Amino acid sequence: MIFLNYFISGISLGSIYAIIALGYTMVYGIAKMLNFAHGDVIMVGGYVCFYAVSRYGLNPFLGVAVAMLLCTILGIIVERLAYKPLRQAPSLAVLITAIGMSYFLQNTALLLWSSNPKVFPSIIGRGAFKLFDGALSVSHVTVLTIATCLVIMVVLSLFIGKTRLGKAMRACSEDKGAAQLMGINVNATISMTFAIGSGLAAIAGALLCSAYPTLMPTTGALPGIKAFTAAVFGGIGSVPGAFLGGLMLGVIEIFAKAYISSQLSDAVVFAVLIVVLLVKPAGLLGRMTQEKV
Amino acid sequence: MKKILTCAVLVLAMAASAFGAGFKIGGTGPLTGGAAIYGTAAMRGAQIAVDEINASGGEIQFELRYEDDTHDAEKAVNAYNALKDWGMQVSLGSVTSKPAEATAAENFSDRIFALTPSASSAAVTEGKDNVFQMCFVDPNQGTASAQYIASKNLAKKVAIIWKNDDVYSKGIRDTFVEKAPEVGLEVVSETTFADGNDTDFSVQLTEAKEKGAELVFLPMYYQPASLILAQAQAMGYAPKWFGVDGMDGILTMEGFDKALAEGVMLLTPFNADAKDEKTQKFVAEYQKRFGEIPNQFAADGYDCVYAYCQALAQAKATPDMDAEALCPKMIEQFTTMTFNGVTGENVKWAANGEVTKDPKGMVIKDGAYVGLD
Repeated sequence: MIFLNYFISGISLGSIYAIIALGYTMVYGIAKMLNFAHGDVIMVGGYVCFYAVSRYGLNPFLGVAVAMLLCTILGIIVERLAYKPLRQAPSLAVLITAIGMSYFLQNTALLLWSSNPKVFPSIIGRGAFKLFDGALSVSHVTVLTIATCLVIMVVLSLFIGKTRLGKAMRACSEDKGAAQLMGINVNATISMTFAIGSGLAAIAGALLCSAYPTLMPTTGALPGIKAFTAAVFGGIGSVPGAFLGGLMLGVIEIFAKAYISSQLSDAVVFAVLIVVLLVKPAGLLGRMTQEKV
Repeated sequence: MKKILTCAVLVLAMAASAFGAGFKIGGTGPLTGGAAIYGTAAMRGAQIAVDEINASGGEIQFELRYEDDTHDAEKAVNAYNALKDWGMQVSLGSVTSKPAEATAAENFSDRIFALTPSASSAAVTEGKDNVFQMCFVDPNQGTASAQYIASKNLAKKVAIIWKNDDVYSKGIRDTFVEKAPEVGLEVVSETTFADGNDTDFSVQLTEAKEKGAELVFLPMYYQPASLILAQAQAMGYAPKWFGVDGMDGILTMEGFDKALAEGVMLLTPFNADAKDEKTQKFVAEYQKRFGEIPNQFAADGYDCVYAYCQALAQAKATPDMDAEALCPKMIEQFTTMTFNGVTGENVKWAANGEVTKDPKGMVIKDGAYVGLD
């Protein structure tokens, strides 16, 4: 029973990683860049939601909608100012810019909202489903997070697979030059990708803060790094891979804490990552692609 | 026109220097960042003391300046250097332990005397003859907590959750674990967390629950503690909670559900409910200015300035002495004098900079701190 309890804790932690990893992986899959500022957009989403709900008394779900809207706008602005001018630059330059953007967002948040931690009001309360006479409990937030992950996964897959815009995205991902020759507006498509990624970040922010309710300007940074690890674990660029990678990372982390040592849990997580990457360099569900020189 | 301006500037400058004929006292602390509650409180407490002393018009007058270190050792050293350039004569060190270890080393090599309000790690004062503490050193908190729990018969089986990358947390945990068997406490579960791994406590709590801990000891700051309390409630686990001075501040977190902290006990030298005149005056002034009950850090900051006032007066120091000249005088005073403040009566310092005074037990009741005894 205690094993199952740990397993459920792992799934709930993993579902949070998964939902953050979805945003990372989508942007990487299409724009081929690692948006390290993703975790900080999540933090902004959390704050917007916090203020909407606790200061202006909005309905929590309406609060998430407001956060999505503002984060989408933020994503478009960030992309326009920081990433678009570097479209032709080497990918390392873009990566450094993304790290810079991450610090910029964190410090702006420090100025705007100060560093005093705020306690986020959960969007669906702190209740839990009790199973087996209360021996097992699954919190509502976990169920909501997993459901949201699944919905986002299906919608993203459909969007990328079936719509014209999705087709354009795939084309850009495969070969920017050829896509442009075929009449696809590459710039607009990549901007669109960022907008969607940032909207997803807002949802992730609200769920992250509902599960772990302290909100600070650095709230998004570390879960962001873990989620990035999860995305690599599952195969970066693959949407189902991000989901699987997130869940597995959460479960491994909790089991390592419970059965090996709470001091070594992160070491164990990264050791597993190394082993997986040695065996499958593209991650669990990633596709190997030949780099053309 | 230019001449008039120059004259005006000169007059102003002279006026400023005449008014500023006080001891320059400076400190660093987290005024922004995750630990801002501590820094701001210590600064406000010190400011009230400075204003009171200056208003009383005695021999000793102060000029206070606080610099932000965001609880970061590197920024603390920069902040310390800014204070040194300003002409700081005696120092309030830093508010939190990690930065204080860095600034204390500077204090030692620059021979600027320091009295930190609340940096409680033993490494802050270790090997430095001119760095003193107003709060207990961490090890004392661990020992005192174990003794307190045993003497009040709060529990027999204890679980500890501590932060293994933090000197503050580790110092308290080490002495607690050492003292526990002596006083008949059994540590049944001991689990850790670290930066980057400090959001999910389900494993730590499940283990404590499975091992049958009646009391969970939390030697940590309030931010992770707030998560632990929330997650324990979600799990339906309700042991007794026992914290140390880092827990102070949990009630002022914005949006924190105070019901979660109901019944949480902590050891702290300051009790805002105390009935003595000194405490009541300080609490009333703090509330008037800042609209909240002062925590222990504010009281420490307040006491530091008064301790300086007493030491400087007894040493017959004058504001024209430089920091290096004041340093040996302060060392002499602090190792011999006895101080009575809001954080304790008969406060004394050992030559290694550690303070002795009795801790008080507090419990959170209806969203406020109440004395346990």
